[in-house]
Amino acid sequence: MRLFILSDLDSPLIVCEHVSCTYGNAPVVEDVYLKINRGEFLGIVGPSGSGKTTLLKAIIGSQPVAHGSIETKPDLTIGYVPQVETVDWYFPVTVEEVIVMTRSKTKLWPRITSKERRDVRAVLEKLGIADVASRHIRELSGGQQQRVFLARAMFCEPDILILDEPTSGVDVRTRHEILHLLADLHDDGLTILLTTHDLNGLAAHLPRVVCFKKTVIADGSPREVLTPQVLETTYGAPMDVLEHGGMPLVVDHGRVAMRGEGK
Amino acid sequence: MIFAVDIFEPYGYQFFQNGLVVATIAGALCGLLGVFVILRGMSYIGHGLSHAVFGGAAASAVLRVNYFLGAGFWGLISGLLIARVARRRVIGADAAIGVVTTASFALGLALMNRYGQASKSIEAVLFGSVLGVKVEDIYAVAFVALLGLAVVVLGYRKLLFSTFDRDVAQVSNVRVSLVEGVLLVMISLTILVTMRVIGTLLISALLVIPAASARMTTNSFSRLLFVSPLIGSVTCFVGMNLSYHLDTSASATIILLDAIVFVVVYAVAGTRNRMKMASLGHL
Repeated sequence: MRLFILSDLDSPLIVCEHVSCTYGNAPVVEDVYLKINRGEFLGIVGPSGSGKTTLLKAIIGSQPVAHGSIETKPDLTIGYVPQVETVDWYFPVTVEEVIVMTRSKTKLWPRITSKERRDVRAVLEKLGIADVASRHIRELSGGQQQRVFLARAMFCEPDILILDEPTSGVDVRTRHEILHLLADLHDDGLTILLTTHDLNGLAAHLPRVVCFKKTVIADGSPREVLTPQVLETTYGAPMDVLEHGGMPLVVDHGRVAMRGEGK
Repeated sequence: MIFAVDIFEPYGYQFFQNGLVVATIAGALCGLLGVFVILRGMSYIGHGLSHAVFGGAAASAVLRVNYFLGAGFWGLISGLLIARVARRRVIGADAAIGVVTTASFALGLALMNRYGQASKSIEAVLFGSVLGVKVEDIYAVAFVALLGLAVVVLGYRKLLFSTFDRDVAQVSNVRVSLVEGVLLVMISLTILVTMRVIGTLLISALLVIPAASARMTTNSFSRLLFVSPLIGSVTCFVGMNLSYHLDTSASATIILLDAIVFVVVYAVAGTRNRMKMASLGHL
């Protein structure tokens, strides 16, 4: 794996300035400013349809930018992990084939070399799923599926890992596993950017949170950002923020009221 | 002994030998590209393009232009028109294919009606004809087959990556549009060179059925790329022989054979899955 040079730590990897994206004539992302430095671990939170996936796609370059600019460090390598729901799990590929397909640049002969096989094994071991290499992707558990795509993203030794909703559609245990795994990778020096709608399970644990609805509503530590005011602007619904184990805990007003009525 | 003589009887005819060679290579080629066709959900494009090329074939027969030039040019124009119309998102690619290719097909039909003297070769294009196979057809099919093989082998990972996961492939610096363009050109070339044997109407089936049958036998992409051309070429070879003895259309016989293979594999794969489930139930 890549060794990170300390002097590089505060150089920005990605800078978005006045970024706007549109679908047809409707703006989905408007005037976004976002700077991501090397070594950061940040999450973009917002309701569905808030444009966070669009912003992510703009950053990775698969969504055109209508206005503004996204500047990246020269030769920036991005490891992208798509939403598990968007993967075609019936596609006939084994785990090894999925991971190796990212190395397509200079290879003429398609056969997997023994060196590649060792590299695959190494990255799978790092993610704790060393024994699934020859399995078909449908024969994996939810947590394993997520790890395989993480392994694929890690395989090209990226500068930054970008994940779209890494915990959507997984159970609580898997969510914990993924969170710990990402924290470990971050401790190793990897920069991580993700989107999530999971405020308590994921966002509250991150060093930096960006509340997003078409544009950046607030940007900072969970304690700074997860406030009733910011959340109401972001989600368009009143929310309470409690304190639990030294961390902010977001509670939906509606849910409290319903419980109250039930009693 | 008599039986043996019967089997080898058609081999006495040069036209049959030519047709057999073309059909067998065409089966392998369609089987190979068919893997991408079914995994990318492109079967309607194959279907549409083969109909569009019919218009070009009819036009070149009427105008007495070389078939490959005329139909190839026509196919290219149709492809560009489809891409152009599909860019209007309200219409959608499938409708764009429907509009362009049926119009092209109708134009071919109208030309056939108006200039009846060319109708014989047009019919050959529509239904395929073993009798019409020339030596240049063999060269053309063999060339496209080698080209297809080279594209699939040399571009294997890029093809796999952009088929499986388009967005991520793009992020990983795979030129996805180029890969898709090359694939579309290969499919068009395949249609162009096999159409005179297999026939426009049934070629789309050959781009789908062998690959679909093969898909049920394996979960490995690389193995799929072996099994599908194998099914395609074997059914074409056997189908050609059968069609001579049964006095049926070569294209119809081949496709029916492929359909039978599909049904058998479907039944066997279904039973195997049920047995797997049953054995899991015992645990």
